[in-house]
This record gives sequence, C-alpha cells and structure tokens, in this order.
Amino acid sequence: MKKLLVCVVMGFLVCFTGLVWGQDVVRIGANLEMTGAVAAYGQMIWEGVQLARELVPEVLGYKVELVLVDNKSDRVEAANATTRLIDKEKVVAIIGPAISGSMLAVGPICEEKQVPVISATATNPLVTQGKKFVFRACFLDPYQAKAAAAFARNELQAQTVAILSDIAQDYCVALGNFFKEAFIELGGSVVAEQYCRTGDQDFSAQLTTILNANPDLLYIPNYYTETALIVRQARDLGYEGKVLGADGIDVPELVDVGGEAVEGIYFTSHADTTKALTEIGQKYFDLYWEKYNKEPAVFGALGADAYLIIIDAIRRAGVLDPVKIAQAMEDTENLDVVAGTVTVTNGDVAKPVIVKRVEGGKYQFVKAVTVEE
Amino acid sequence: MDWTTLFQQFMNGFSLGSLYALLAIGYTLVYGILGLINFAHSDVFMLGTYFAFFMMGIFLLPWWLSVVIGVSLCALVGMTIERVAYRPLRSAPRISALITAVGVSFFIQNLGLITVGARPKGFPRPELMKNVYFIAGVRIQGVTFWVPLFSIAILLVLFYLVYRTKVGIAMRAVSKDMETTRLMGVNVDQVILYTFALGSALAGIGGALWACKYPQINPLMGTFPGWKAFTAAVVGGIGNVIGAMIGGFIIGLAEIMIVAFFPNLTGYRDAFVFALLIIFLLVKPSGVMGEALKEKV
Repeated sequence: MKKLLVCVVMGFLVCFTGLVWGQDVVRIGANLEMTGAVAAYGQMIWEGVQLARELVPEVLGYKVELVLVDNKSDRVEAANATTRLIDKEKVVAIIGPAISGSMLAVGPICEEKQVPVISATATNPLVTQGKKFVFRACFLDPYQAKAAAAFARNELQAQTVAILSDIAQDYCVALGNFFKEAFIELGGSVVAEQYCRTGDQDFSAQLTTILNANPDLLYIPNYYTETALIVRQARDLGYEGKVLGADGIDVPELVDVGGEAVEGIYFTSHADTTKALTEIGQKYFDLYWEKYNKEPAVFGALGADAYLIIIDAIRRAGVLDPVKIAQAMEDTENLDVVAGTVTVTNGDVAKPVIVKRVEGGKYQFVKAVTVEE
Repeated sequence: MDWTTLFQQFMNGFSLGSLYALLAIGYTLVYGILGLINFAHSDVFMLGTYFAFFMMGIFLLPWWLSVVIGVSLCALVGMTIERVAYRPLRSAPRISALITAVGVSFFIQNLGLITVGARPKGFPRPELMKNVYFIAGVRIQGVTFWVPLFSIAILLVLFYLVYRTKVGIAMRAVSKDMETTRLMGVNVDQVILYTFALGSALAGIGGALWACKYPQINPLMGTFPGWKAFTAAVVGGIGNVIGAMIGGFIIGLAEIMIVAFFPNLTGYRDAFVFALLIIFLLVKPSGVMGEALKEKV
C-alpha cells in the first residue's frame, strides 16, 4: 500500500514537473544598471518592466520570462552582459542599458548577433545611428537640447548661460554641445563652459569659475548623482540664479540628496506621470500606485514602454525569431504605450519634451515643448 | 583670475585637503606600525557616514550625538577587522595581509550594497554647516570654514595622543621595533588594537565631515577618497603622521588648482593625482616628510 502511494506521488511529481518544463516560454533579457553610479535608473526601469509584464504576461501563447543581468552602470560589464544574455540565456530580445555610454557598447554586439535591443532612456543620437537591431523608447538629445534652449530663452528669459557637463558621459557631452549651439542660435551667449567627471564629488573649483562669469542660467545636463551635488555646492557658493537640467535628473533621488538646494530648478523630461494619455498608461499608473503607493517614476514608465514595444513586435512577427522581431519593432506604428503613442522610425521614437520644475520636493509639470528638428 | 577668486579656490582646496588629511592619517598610523596598507580603511570611512545617517534617521538623535556614536562604532569595526582578519596573519608574509585587506574592503562594500542598496542617500547637514561667512569679501560656506577647523582640532588631539600619552609612546615604539617592544613587556596586540581603533575613529570623523561637505552617501563612496588619501599618505611619507597631513593638503590643493587653472584638463583630475603617486613612488618613495625606508612596499 505504502509503495503504491509513493508510486502515485512520484507519478504526479513527474507529470507536474513535465508540465512546468513543457510550458513554452519566450525569454526577454534585461541588461540594466542595478548597482553602480546610476543604479536608480536601472532599478526603476526594472520596476516598470516587471509591472508591464504583469499587465501583458503572454504573447503568442508563450509565457514571457524576464532574465535580468546587472551591468553595474559600466560599459564593459554591459557588453559582457549582452553576450551572456544572447549566447547563454538565448533571449529573443533585450531591454538594454539606461545610459547612452553603455548602449553604445551594447549596440555593435546586438548588430553582430542579430538580436534586437531597446533602451528605455538612452538619448544620445549615436545609439541607434546606422543600426538595424538597436532601438530606444525615448526622444533624442539634439531634440531635447533644442527644446531646453528654446525654453531657456523664451520662458526663462536667460541671456547668458554657463554649462557644466560631465565629460565621462556621451550623453552629457552631447547634450551640453547641442544646447550651446541652439542657445547661441537663439541669440543667447555662453559665458562659461566647465567640465566634471562621473563620480566627482567636489565641484567647487568649476563652480567658482562659473560664478565669476555671473550667468543668468546654469545648464547642467548631467546624471542625478552629480547634479544634486553640483546644485547644492553652487547654492553654497552663493549662486542664486536659475538652474536647468535634463532628463537624467528625473528621479526621486535628486530631491533626496539635493534637498532644499534643488528646489525651483527646471528640467526637461520624457513624460508627465501625473496623468495618463493611454488606456495601458492608466492601467500601469493604477497598478503602480497599488503596488508602491507613490508617484510612478518616468524611468519605470519608459521601461514598461520598451517591454510593450518588444511584446507588440513579437505579436506582429508571429514567430520567436530575433531578426523578424527586430523588423517588426522598426515597423511599430501608433502603438499605445504607457508614456503615450509611439511610432518607430530608424530605431527612434518622436515625442514632445516635457519641462518640469521642482516644487516642494515634487516634480510639477510646466510646459510641453515641441521644436522643429 | 582676480585675487578673491584665487583665495576662494585656495579655500576650496584647503577644505578638501583637510578631509584627505584626516583619512590619510588612518592609513599612515596602521602602515607605520604593521607595514600594512589597510585597504578597508576607506570602507570604515563609508560605514561612519552610514552609522551617523541611521542614528539621525532612525533614532532621531541630534547631529553631534549621531556622529559621536558613529565614530565609536567605527572604532569598534576597526578593532574587529584587526582581530578577525589581520591578527591571524601577523606572522604571514606581507602580501597575504595585503590581499586580506583588499578582501575585507570588498566584503564591506558588498555587504553595504546588499543591506542598504546602491541608491545614494542624502545626508542631513547641521545648521552650523549651512551658515555662510564672509572673510575679506570672500564668501566661505559653513562646511569650507568648519571642516578644516574641526580637522585641525582633531589632528591636535591626535598629536597629543601619539606624542604625549603612554599608549602613544607604545605605538611609536611598536612601529620602530615590534619584537623589542614586546620584550620590554608591552602588550603589542593591544597597542595594535588601539591603533586600529584610533585610525578607524579618524575615518569615521572624516566620513561624517565628508558627508557634510558632499551630502550624498552610497556604499561605494569610500573608494575614491580612500585612494586619494592613500596617495596623500605616500606623498607625505607613509608612516609619518605630519607627512600625511601635509600630503592631504598637497593633494587637495593640487586637485582644485588643476581644475581652476586648466579647465580643459578637468577630465585628468584623478589621473593627475595618481600620476603624482607614481612619480613619488619612483623618485621619492619616502615622501615629503618620511625617513628613508629600509624596505619598500
């Protein structure tokens, strides 16, 4: 009798495991900054991707399985993670690093291995240039910088500007240069240009030089870690003028670290997370509030968008073939995602630039800026 | 560049340098006695900021008390590291101890990453540090003003401890000749333990002051200040307390001045500091203040 019972139980176990193993899954890789200098980006994108999977857990009858690899905010690690995801984990598509520098390292690998990669937030133009398998779910730096310059000239009435950018990041350098060009074109002048490096903590030397030039506006196109410290030290040194940042500071950490010093600063952003523009966006924000009970982060929303673009492409491709999926991603048209409706052209999506302001530790919508490309 | 800007830049460098000095002394104390480069020192520095941060955040203690507790905990951690990781290797070859030091450093960093997470946190600053002072028309922030003053006060206390107290004499004796000191009846292990406590407490104070100046803390924050302070210790003459202090000021000023005078070379700021380290190791390994060593690292 006992033997029989054991046999039955074993039988069930075998069947059950067989069922689990037998179920068809589609594997999507996530190559994100879970630790390191910009860990907040990767962690928020990961939150968004997971929420999006809860909303859309299956495609073509396959269950979606996410494979996360931490790239430590480092471009070499990001490249290694990509190879691992493709060769070892056999993913059909990858949600790529948040930052442009790492995306630039990842791109050529995905081109060579013919697996599509989409970054939620890498804004540098070079990221997708001339590539068939590289995509992004956000606007580009020249566009963002142009909008920022227009806002600075027209809304903030700035005549002179000082720029302090991070030369270790492709994103920051490009943004700084594009802004400078656009700002001069609009009749303003750049009175000081200073540089720092990712990981720097002391900016007193650069800021002392900048304050000496007495600009109307300080443009800081850097990531949140540096920007929070820069603004704080600028205020400490007696700077009372306006500050304009970019999408890299659209994270809660800016206020956590910057405190009262970052109050009143403006920045360009990808989306307004206080109100949804699409049905899926509303569902996402509701689920986010339910789960985390806080304002949804923009980076998370863009992470969800990256996931949704991949899933939609797989659905339209009809097969789990990375090459076909990449083609379908390029053909994405008027797809409703969390941050709005997107159409992909040459790997990029077009969207208006949202300007926000820090008020009482919260990010308030100021203006949606569209400029001619 | 007019003279007020120059003076402002000088103050910036002086302020940064005083923080390096505090940290460099920790390296130098331990090196002087054990001939060991304590790579975990920069992580004790990081722990100091987190201890103070949690004391303020969770137990809502006033700033000064949080720092005092944080510093005491740092001393405790330093002693624990010595007891657990270094003492068993006292008679082992130097390289083993060095590798252990690196291991301890990685252990603390990764423990931090797991327990508190990689996202940076803001460090609350006391009112005193937020004040602004004007000296001869130059605007000096509270941090720039107080940090060097605190550092110098602490350095004075340290000199008293090392040069005027019994423990200090024992420390210096151990650093000259461990075996003979042991024969004289000094409890060498205990003296070493005190040294670690003292060095780690300095790291803790350095951490708290650093976080006041750069109020953003994360588990890997110690690495770069640690390397720079180590460079300062070498430049000043490793093993020499006054040298470490001078080295700290040299590194701090050099870093600020290169950015102030050559803005285009900003990217080479760190490279410049480490080039200085290499040059000193090649040309004058005994540093500015050090005596010629019989053996080198």
